Amino acid sequence: MAAHLLPVPLGDYVGLSAVMFFIGAAGVIVRRNPLVMLMSIELMFNAANLLFVSYARAWLNDAGHVFAFLVITVAAAEAAIALAIVVITFRASDRVDVDDVRTLHG
Amino acid sequence: MSALFWVPAVVLIASALWTITASKPVYSVVALLVNFTALAVFFLTLSAEFLAMIQLIVYSGAILVLFLFVIALLSSGVAPLSLGPNRLPRIALPAAICIAVALGLVVAGAAATHVLPVPAPAALRSAGPAGAANVFGSVQDFGRALFTTYLLPFEVTALILMVAVIGVIVLAGEETPYVATRRRAAETRKAMREAIAREGD
Repeated sequence: MAAHLLPVPLGDYVGLSAVMFFIGAAGVIVRRNPLVMLMSIELMFNAANLLFVSYARAWLNDAGHVFAFLVITVAAAEAAIALAIVVITFRASDRVDVDDVRTLHG
Repeated sequence: MSALFWVPAVVLIASALWTITASKPVYSVVALLVNFTALAVFFLTLSAEFLAMIQLIVYSGAILVLFLFVIALLSSGVAPLSLGPNRLPRIALPAAICIAVALGLVVAGAAATHVLPVPAPAALRSAGPAGAANVFGSVQDFGRALFTTYLLPFEVTALILMVAVIGVIVLAGEETPYVATRRRAAETRKAMREAIAREGD
């Protein structure tokens, strides 16, 4: 196999990434547990990363790698802050359900 | 060669589905671990060796452990963390998964015909053998790009991480007004539940 060729056509990577992204989106919409919703967001981040890296490989350009790295960093920061919010929001309650967070609802 | 794509692809999709359907958050974390590992395999086959390691160390090693800590913290003392009452109809999750997969396949079909063109191999550098220095995707190559062409995004990353650290300290460090409000709300809810229970007796 020539060094510049991908194992499969680039469109297959795009499709796989899209399926994974929409599964993550479905998780955010359907699940009411904040932790599982955050994990679904991580799924979407990773789908984007797969796309970055596969295009970087197809074009042999480093920009995709660098920005996949940035996405991982932002995901780490997002997870840290979101989990801190989840902890202080649900520390005193006996049920972890985002529908219970309605202090501003009046 | 296409087995290098399809075997991790099946693992990737199956573990993603397991993540969003698992009944307990701990199972979701395990599924997500499988998912991230499959993605690291993808990064290796796409000659992104450094990113594959970062994926394992940062995602599996740091972020998932953070999730596990929070699950342990939230479920200590009370009943195990569970799904909670589902306000959506029972059909919602399977329907959402079907729609998600269908949308993904639509994008895949569009991509297969209208995908961005790949430049001619003559215009590209050689990908080179895996593990060799100074070829595409190696640590040297990635590091040179990160610290020369993309230095500004890298510095912005440092700023984002600092904001995250300060934000977490502000949120969780002392007794902030937000924490106090949440505690009062929980106490009020508990008192109301007890009052309703007394009235029922």
